[in-house]
Amino acid sequence: MLRADQVLTDPVEMLAYECDAYTIHKGRPDVVVHPESTEQCAAVVRLCARMGVPFTPRGTGTGLSGGATPLCGGVVISIMRMNRVLSVSPADLRLRAQAGCINSTITRAAAPYGLHYAPDPSSQTACTVGGNVAENASGPHTLKYGVTANHVSGLTVALPDGSVVELGSDADEPCGYDLVGLCVGSEGTLGIVTEVTVRLTPNPRQVRTLLAVFGSVDDASRTVSRIIALGIVPCALEMMDSIIINALEDAFAMGFPRDAQALLLVELDGLGPGLDAETAAVRDLCSEHNARSVSAAASEEERARLWFARKQGVGVLGRVAPNKVTQDGLIPRSRLPEVLARIRAIAERHSVRLCNIFHAGDGNLHPCVIFDERDPDELRRVLAANEEILRLCVEVGGSITGEHGVGVEKRDAMPLMFSEADLAAMRRVKAAFDPAGLCNPGKIVPEPSAEAVPA
Amino acid sequence: MSQKSPADIAAGCIRCGFCLDACPTFKLTANEAESPRGRIYLMRHLLDGGRAMDAAALAHLDNCLGCRACEAVCPSGVRYGSLIEGFRARIEEEGLRPAAEVGARGMLLDTLTDRSRLGASLTGLSMVAGILRKAPAMPGLFARLLTGGQSDEAAVPLSGTGRSGGRLPAFTPAVGKARRTVCLLDGCVMSVLFAEVNRVTAELLSRCGCNVVCPRSAGCCGALDAHAGRRERARERARALIDALEGADYDALVTNSAGCGSTLREYGELLADDDRYAARAAALATRTRDISEYLVDLGVEPPTGRLDVTVAYHDACHLAHAQRVTSPPRALLRSIPGLKLVPLAESDLCCGSAGTYNVTHPETATALLDRKVANIIASGAPVVAAGNPGCIAWMREGLARAGSTIRVAHTVELLAEAYRRGASPYGKA
Repeated sequence: MLRADQVLTDPVEMLAYECDAYTIHKGRPDVVVHPESTEQCAAVVRLCARMGVPFTPRGTGTGLSGGATPLCGGVVISIMRMNRVLSVSPADLRLRAQAGCINSTITRAAAPYGLHYAPDPSSQTACTVGGNVAENASGPHTLKYGVTANHVSGLTVALPDGSVVELGSDADEPCGYDLVGLCVGSEGTLGIVTEVTVRLTPNPRQVRTLLAVFGSVDDASRTVSRIIALGIVPCALEMMDSIIINALEDAFAMGFPRDAQALLLVELDGLGPGLDAETAAVRDLCSEHNARSVSAAASEEERARLWFARKQGVGVLGRVAPNKVTQDGLIPRSRLPEVLARIRAIAERHSVRLCNIFHAGDGNLHPCVIFDERDPDELRRVLAANEEILRLCVEVGGSITGEHGVGVEKRDAMPLMFSEADLAAMRRVKAAFDPAGLCNPGKIVPEPSAEAVPA
Repeated sequence: MSQKSPADIAAGCIRCGFCLDACPTFKLTANEAESPRGRIYLMRHLLDGGRAMDAAALAHLDNCLGCRACEAVCPSGVRYGSLIEGFRARIEEEGLRPAAEVGARGMLLDTLTDRSRLGASLTGLSMVAGILRKAPAMPGLFARLLTGGQSDEAAVPLSGTGRSGGRLPAFTPAVGKARRTVCLLDGCVMSVLFAEVNRVTAELLSRCGCNVVCPRSAGCCGALDAHAGRRERARERARALIDALEGADYDALVTNSAGCGSTLREYGELLADDDRYAARAAALATRTRDISEYLVDLGVEPPTGRLDVTVAYHDACHLAHAQRVTSPPRALLRSIPGLKLVPLAESDLCCGSAGTYNVTHPETATALLDRKVANIIASGAPVVAAGNPGCIAWMREGLARAGSTIRVAHTVELLAEAYRRGASPYGKA
């Protein structure tokens, strides 16, 4: 079935797979396999099904909710040797790739045709399209262009019984049950995606990238609320606070003012006069809300540099503290100023260090709590603060996750959002695909026996 | 430079995974234990006592090329190179490697870094090869020891390149009015195999208005030893070099070998706990420049001579990742009239040479070399330029084995050719 070099069992090697980029929960696999085709992947799944062994799919393990962590041990099925672009059809705006293909490799393959793949998570130079599908990943530019679900038209999936199905098609609308829609965001719990057909997006004809500097987080967040309320849809609208600004300065000497409390990175695209009018409107809104300065990237290099800063902004926290948990709450954008203030209060109450770098335009918060896991008391306070933040997001009418997935991290917070009946429906979907419960167990839906957390 | 403990450096990794796709051994194996993140995680467990160093752990650390591609993409700024070199030193110091293997590795390093021994050994090996009518090869037992029993065959490093020996004069005056005084290290391997590159480096500097000094007593900088975990030997060499340069008056210490440049720049760290040398080591480090960035910073007149040739540029790991020098060599090449610089796919992916890695890990080194050769051939360029002797020799060997006639040149060689062809060589000089 597989060659010896496709199977790892050494305990030292298993160590590397015991968690992904979410490090609080861990689970050590017994075996890691590297299938090289859909057939090999399905054969491994069949064997696991026959033997009753749990299995967990894994890309590069950049996920932030423990989706690729083998909580119950068993087999990790790595998709990293299935990493090729299979075909590009520029006239049909389609590209087919194996699931282990790196996100930015897809955009590179599309670039000669003036096209790109729109979902652009910060980890795009490392994360796989299969992982993106599992987590329904987004990124700064999904504000205008939509999340992974909007950019996937077809999937090849090895189901938990080892059978292989082709879901969706190259057509733009699904026919029959939208099983592609069901699989995207299912966090690898309904089967293992082995190939993906993605939609390609024409590159914008003109882009304006603005950097606005604010003396207070409140001013910056009120600006965001106003931009959205006025019906302006930037292709990206990102906020970074002072801890991030200073960490970026330490790391890359970007030239950001260290005493700024918040930066807004606003990108608009479109055509000529309309674009100019929207850009002017955004500038005015920033000024009205006391922006200290608003500057536009003068060249493609400058624009790339600003985006580099944004995309390194989370990783750069390793310079500030050894561990971090990135939260992923989604809130109504009109409540942004209020919610940020309340999050700050939560952090203060629990004495944890918290910073913000997030997709403000989507209302997708990423409060990052930075800590040292070697201090058990600090870890306890971090978890308590996290839970309060999630409760807050739900309370204001939002969600406990915007793009990182529920995984193991937020599994036990699901009752905050869903009734027992809602969760039971989810369990029935899971059981329809995976009656034995072997496919990435322990993720998304808490066990029914677990006591529901009162909302 | 602040001295962080290995545990603190390792703690800087937040497991974001950005390094995985940059790592050559992960690219080849898809095994996370063969990725920077996996190795850091392992080192963390070794440091906090959760795991003892066994043969398997040792192999995963040994398999790392030390190319530091991970460092260049790490948003958290984890100083992986320092971490892995520290571990390699610990492996040697604590005797965790079989004695025979340590001995063989030591012999190899002592030979490479000693001008006369290297010359004599290469002569001997090529004589044997000539008699046997075979490519030069390491004696079987020696190969077996060097590769930790992996193979009976080991590459003879540097045999892919023609011999060009001889040291630089102690002083080469500037042409015209002297603007600067530069100390140029002619190195160990460089002076035995790439003396021509040294000569044109000195010539370029001199034509650009630099007095070039090359102290006679300056020997190996210790880079090969440091990268291989022989920290004490590297420190001895560093002290000797600092002594050799003592009293010499120079504005910059220039090297044309990326591996040396990266080690020289880290002398401050290497000798941080040596009270007698720490300050001088740090001062030397801050004055170190790669020849390409030095020429660009100096603002030299572009050559007037034409080189109508298409060139691809290979980023040597210790230039691109360890020293973050990527645009100066390209700028110099683009300044040559007629020269067309074309992209090289995976230009900053290690070629597998990596100090003595191509000797100790022939399988991985050859897989990377094959990939590099395929990318070079696909670029369509008849010439590939690079700034490190190890890469140049290794790529020459790979291209020759693939039956290719593509030329591998040091960046400064192409630049010097263009100047020589100019009606008025070296601009205003």
